[in-house]
Amino acid sequence: MSSLPRRIIKETQRLMQEPVPGINAIPDENNARYFHVIVTGPNDSPFEGGVFKLELFLPEDYPMSAPKVRFITKIYHPNIDRLGRICLDVLKDKWSPALQIRTILLSIQALLSAPNPDDPLANDVAELWKVNEAEAIRNAREWTQKYAVED
Amino acid sequence: MDSDNEFLDNVDSGNVSSGDEGDEDFGMDVDPASSTERQLDTEEYQYKVLTTDEIVQHQREIIDEVNVVLKLSTPTTRILLNHFKWDKEKLFEKYFDGNPEEFFKCAHVINPFSKGTEAVRQKTTRNHPEECEICFSLLPPDSMTGLECGHRFCLTCWREYLTTKILTEGLGQTISCAAHGCDILVDDVTVTKLVPDTRVKVKYQQLITNSFVECNQLLRWCPSVDCTYAIKVNYAESRLVRCKCGHVFCFACGENWHEPVQCRWLKKWIKKCDDDSETSNWIAANTKECPKCSVTIEKDGGCNHMVCKNQNCKYDFCWVCLGSWEPHGSSWYNCNRYDEDEAKAARDAQEKLRSSLARYLHYYNRYMNHMQSMKFENKLYASVKQKMEEMQQHNMSWIEVQFLKKAVDILCQCRQTLMYTYVFAYYLKKNNQSMIFEDNQKDLESATEMLSEYLERDITSENLADIKQKVQDKYRYCEKRRTVLLDHVHEGYEKDWWDYTE
Ligand SMILES: [Zn+2]
Ligand SMILES: [Zn+2]
Ligand SMILES: [Zn+2]
Ligand SMILES: [Zn+2]
Ligand SMILES: [Zn+2]
Ligand SMILES: [Zn+2]
Repeated sequence: MSSLPRRIIKETQRLMQEPVPGINAIPDENNARYFHVIVTGPNDSPFEGGVFKLELFLPEDYPMSAPKVRFITKIYHPNIDRLGRICLDVLKDKWSPALQIRTILLSIQALLSAPNPDDPLANDVAELWKVNEAEAIRNAREWTQKYAVED
Repeated sequence: MDSDNEFLDNVDSGNVSSGDEGDEDFGMDVDPASSTERQLDTEEYQYKVLTTDEIVQHQREIIDEVNVVLKLSTPTTRILLNHFKWDKEKLFEKYFDGNPEEFFKCAHVINPFSKGTEAVRQKTTRNHPEECEICFSLLPPDSMTGLECGHRFCLTCWREYLTTKILTEGLGQTISCAAHGCDILVDDVTVTKLVPDTRVKVKYQQLITNSFVECNQLLRWCPSVDCTYAIKVNYAESRLVRCKCGHVFCFACGENWHEPVQCRWLKKWIKKCDDDSETSNWIAANTKECPKCSVTIEKDGGCNHMVCKNQNCKYDFCWVCLGSWEPHGSSWYNCNRYDEDEAKAARDAQEKLRSSLARYLHYYNRYMNHMQSMKFENKLYASVKQKMEEMQQHNMSWIEVQFLKKAVDILCQCRQTLMYTYVFAYYLKKNNQSMIFEDNQKDLESATEMLSEYLERDITSENLADIKQKVQDKYRYCEKRRTVLLDHVHEGYEKDWWDYTE
C-alpha cells in the first residue's frame, strides 16, 4: 500500500483529539485506512440504548471518492439492508471531498434519528414503516435490545 | 478551449442546411417511385450530417447568437444553454421573465450581476495562508482557487477532483463545485485551465459535445456502431435520415426507418418483444419441421417458399404459416391475415390468455421472419454481384446490369416495410380501413416473396440476356405495391382512420 496521505493522517489525529459524542472511530492497528466504528443509538429514537458496530474503509482515491461504511450490528432500519449497507446520499452522489469521516458518521447518526422510508434500501422494513409505523418502531426497539445491547 | 475551434474553417454559412446534399444522397439509393418519400423530399425535408468538429462549431454558433443579446461570458452562456437543453428561445424567455436571481440559481450559476459576488472576490484577495479543506494543507492564497461561490481549494485537489469526475464518473458540463452541498457548476474554461492532462481534456471535450447532442432536440447521434456523425434537423419529428456512413434511421427515435408504424408503437413493440424474449427465442430459431414428414428443415435463404429436403417428400410449404405453398402465389393468398373468427372460437374464458399470446405470436412470427429474411438478403447482394459480373462478360454493359442490384435494394425495402407493417397491424383495431390495409399488406407480401424467389432461384447464366425485363417488371410491381400500402397508411394518419387496441 502506498504511503498514507497527509489528509488521512491529519483527519485521524483530529478525530482522536476532538471526538464526537456518541461516535467512536479507531483506526485498525494493521491498516490505517480501516476504522472500527461505534455509534450509539440517538436518544428518543427506537435505537436508543443500542451500541452499533460499523466498519469504515477509506478507498485508495479517498477523499475523491466516498468512504465505504457498513453496519456490522444487525439493525432494523428502512435505509439499511440485511448486509448492513447504508442508503445515504452523502455516501453516494452527494459525496464531496470536503466532507470527512466525522461528517459522514454524524450523517449516519442523524439517519438513525430520522429514518426515510421513501428512499428505502430494505424494502420490507420500509413498507412496514409506511403502513404501520408503530409496529415498525416496535420491531426496531426489539432488534436494538436483541442485537445492540450488551448484557 | 474555445480558441481551438477558431482554426476550423467556417465554410458552412450557418444553421440552414442545404437541402441539395440530402437530395443527392437520396437519388442514389432511395426508391424514387415512393411518393411518401418524394413528398418529404421538399425544402422542409432538410437535415444535415455533422462531423464532430462541425458539432463543436455549431455549439459555438449558438453560444455566440445568445451572447449577442445577453453579453455574458462564453463559459457562463454555455452552462445556461446546457441548462435549457440548448433551446435558446426558452433561455431568452426565462431570462426576460424578470427574475434574474431565480434564473441563475436554477441554472446553478452565480448571478454575474449580483453584489455578493464582489464581496467574495474581495474576501479572497487575502495574503495569509489558507487551509485546503480537502488535503488539509496550509497554502499561500495563490495556490488556492475557486468559483464565484467562494469555495476555495488547492490547485492539486481541484485537478484531482475534476479528473475523477471526468474519468471515473463521466461528468462533463454538470460537474459542481467540490464543496459539500454547493451546486454551482464548473465552467469549461475553468476545467481546461485546472486540468493539464491532455487525455483528460480530450475526454472532457467528448463529454460536453456528447451532452450537447444528447440534450439538443434538433440533433441525434447516428446509432450505428463506431459512427461519430450526428444528424441535425430543422424540426424534430419522425423522418428518414441517412447518415454519411450509410445507415438509414428514424430521426425521432433512432430505430431503423420504420414506416408505416409510428415511433410510439414501435417502442411499445420492441419492449414487448424484449419482455417476451423467452417465447421469441424458440420462434426465432432458424429451423422448423416439415409439416408433412417432420424432417428438420433449416431456413437458409430469405424466401419463404420451402421445399422439403427429404427426397421422398419434397413438400412445398410456407415457412411462415406451414401451410401448403400452392395458394400463396394465387390471389386468395392470406398468410398475412390473422383470422379473427378462428381466434374468437378459441377465445373462451380459460383460453383468453392463450389466444392473446397466439395473436401476438402471429404478428411476431411474421415480423421476425421478415427481419431474418432481410439478414439473408445480404448474402443475396453477394450472389447478385457475382451474377452482374457474369452478365458483363456476356456483353452487357455495367449500367445495363445495375437493375439486379436495384432489385435487391427494392426487395430489402419491401421486407423492411413489411416487417413494420406487422407492428402496425398488431396494435390496429379492426375496421374497414384496416381490412384494406391487410389486403395491401397481403399484396405486397406476395409480390415480395415472388421477387425474392425469383432472385434466389431463377437467375442462371443461361437466361441472363432475357431476364432483365422480367426482373424489372417484378420489382416495379413490388415498388408499386409498397407505395400503395404506405400512401394508404399515411392517408389514414391524416384522416384519422386508425384505431388502436391499446
Ligand atoms: Zn488541497
Ligand atoms: Zn461552491
Ligand atoms: Zn453514421
Ligand atoms: Zn421513429
Ligand atoms: Zn417433408
Ligand atoms: Zn404462409
